[in-house]
Amino acid sequence: MDKKIVATTSLAGCFGCHMSVLDIDERILDLIELVEFNKSPIDDIKTFTKHCDIGIVEGGCATSENVHVLKEFRKNCSTLIALGECAIMGGLPALRNNIPITECLEEAYLNGLTTKDNNPDRILPNDEEIPMMLDRVYPIRELVKVDFFLPGCPPTADLIWNALTALILGKEMDLPYEVIRYD
Amino acid sequence: MATKVVIDPVTRVEGHGKVTIHLDDNGAVTQSRLHIVEFRGFERFVKGRPYWEVPVLVQRLCGICPVSHHLAAAKATDQIVGAGTGDGLSPTAEKMRRLMHYGQIFQSHALHFFHLSSPDLLFGIDGPIATRNVIGVALEHKDLAVQGVMMRKFGQEIIKVTAGKKIHGTGAIPGGINKNLSLEERDKFLDGKDLPNVDQMIDWSQGAIDFFLDFHKKNQDMLDNFSVFPSNHLSLVRADGALDLYHGVLRAVDSEGKKIVNDVPCQEYYDHIGEGVKSWSYMKFPFILSLGQENGWYRVGPLARLNTVDFIPTPLAQKRFEEFRAYSNGKPSQICLHTHWARLIETLHAAEVMKDLLNDPDLQGAELVRTGTRQEEGIGLIEAPRGTLFHHYRADENDQITMCNLIVSTTNNNEPMNRAVNNVAVSQMTGQKEITEPMMNAVEVAIRAYDPCLSCATHAVGRMPLEVSLVDSDGAVIAEART
Ligand code: SF4
Repeated sequence: MDKKIVATTSLAGCFGCHMSVLDIDERILDLIELVEFNKSPIDDIKTFTKHCDIGIVEGGCATSENVHVLKEFRKNCSTLIALGECAIMGGLPALRNNIPITECLEEAYLNGLTTKDNNPDRILPNDEEIPMMLDRVYPIRELVKVDFFLPGCPPTADLIWNALTALILGKEMDLPYEVIRYD
Repeated sequence: MATKVVIDPVTRVEGHGKVTIHLDDNGAVTQSRLHIVEFRGFERFVKGRPYWEVPVLVQRLCGICPVSHHLAAAKATDQIVGAGTGDGLSPTAEKMRRLMHYGQIFQSHALHFFHLSSPDLLFGIDGPIATRNVIGVALEHKDLAVQGVMMRKFGQEIIKVTAGKKIHGTGAIPGGINKNLSLEERDKFLDGKDLPNVDQMIDWSQGAIDFFLDFHKKNQDMLDNFSVFPSNHLSLVRADGALDLYHGVLRAVDSEGKKIVNDVPCQEYYDHIGEGVKSWSYMKFPFILSLGQENGWYRVGPLARLNTVDFIPTPLAQKRFEEFRAYSNGKPSQICLHTHWARLIETLHAAEVMKDLLNDPDLQGAELVRTGTRQEEGIGLIEAPRGTLFHHYRADENDQITMCNLIVSTTNNNEPMNRAVNNVAVSQMTGQKEITEPMMNAVEVAIRAYDPCLSCATHAVGRMPLEVSLVDSDGAVIAEART
């Protein structure tokens, strides 16, 4: 059987979902028999080098760059998975959604206890090298079509394992109640 | 023609960052910057939330070391509920938290060394990209990969029995902990039936140090001269000067080892530390106030810790620490890549501490929470795997947060990481006609030594591919390369 090609990315997420993938522990050695990783933070492949069978996205979109990466993923992956709360609903970063972004920036860079006396020019980060913050944090399904949603913060390693192996082997997913959690 | 090199994103570093290096007409490096490209706004949106939510909320800044945030926030809320500043908890609560924390140090250090750094050591900085990752390690050095996986698993399992869940647990609560350790849970780590036991972890940690030392012997020149520069170093230390990753006083030493922040209580951190802001990064630039922003920057993390402490309070790690100290003639070590060495010594220490704690009957105690007179303010500091982490909150009479100030571990290393990038850029790229992938990886290796969890530093996270554009002085792109 040809190895399935898998890409992963972390947008506005905390990387906990990627860590949960690593929590499959020894099974990671089985996984690499079944799949070949393409663009992913766990290897050094930084841009898509071929079309992928499965794209796994952690985190929602908080910046213009997140949107760009997400669209690339949709374009380059046959099946797109929203992994975890942040990708599915925005998650914790979306707590900023009912607060103007300027207030968030001012709190961090102008008013912070250890910052306020040390930023005399009242600088807010705004260089062309850093991406623009979006007005709010968007769940990825508001921007692209998503094929599967795996819930949890993070999803359990068993859930990830069961779902991935089913997809790879073309079997029906076996997702018993115990492996699914919503916190 | 002036040129700009962009490394975007940096991979195998846990965070969202990008590097730009500007070269002038003669190929001299004029500017190098590590840009952190994510921002969360946590300080603002946590306002108005009830204070007891904070230990579970704030860890979602970083899924790599959530336990550190969980515990630093819990330590701050201990004060809010009147349980004091580290010594007010019941022995069961304090030791459960310590076990959780050392489990986390152990898993995170194992992850860092085996999954993120060993590929560069095993395959070389200029090794082929296709194998230069943990999968390559797994395919070619299976024993080592299995060890790394099992060490991480051990730490994660410790976190699970103390925090309730491997990632984003709920164990620590204001004033204590919500569970103790049953004998059955404990025995799993001692009897070796389901999982290699704690003695095996100690052995493997020793083996990892030997692996590093052996590698060092063969590659001394590369390791000892890669991106070396003097700096100040900061960490918590126990009151008697011992390494203590859970609690202590704040100490900083200069490059000669002289104390420049002299064992001050955590509660006074803001009298000693300030943060600067630059327009080109979402990450702030902390420094020691008395020295000013130009000279007061410092390093944190394993290397800094072994440079600030007087000794390590477990016997096997202490022996390794003495070797480490002797190598730099008793002075603070400024060798960037010796961070790996320091990290492995701490890994061994964490294994020893876990063994002692697992054998401590206090973990089966029944007193889980203590509270006292309600306070308005709480400050919690902890040594996270990547360095000193500061959490500071105020809560009003409705229990709502009114102020939140965070300095996360990686942020403390912002200036050193920028210097490291510049150092490598100058030595590798000056006068070069072509920018090669190994050169760019060298830049990343320098960043990776600091083990940045850039996600939490911007109160974000991430991944990093690499993209190079050569831009002339008019800003026109003349060439592009991708790795
Ligand atoms: S869903 Fe949870 S674990 Fe996953 S990225 Fe978001 S906060 Fe982190």
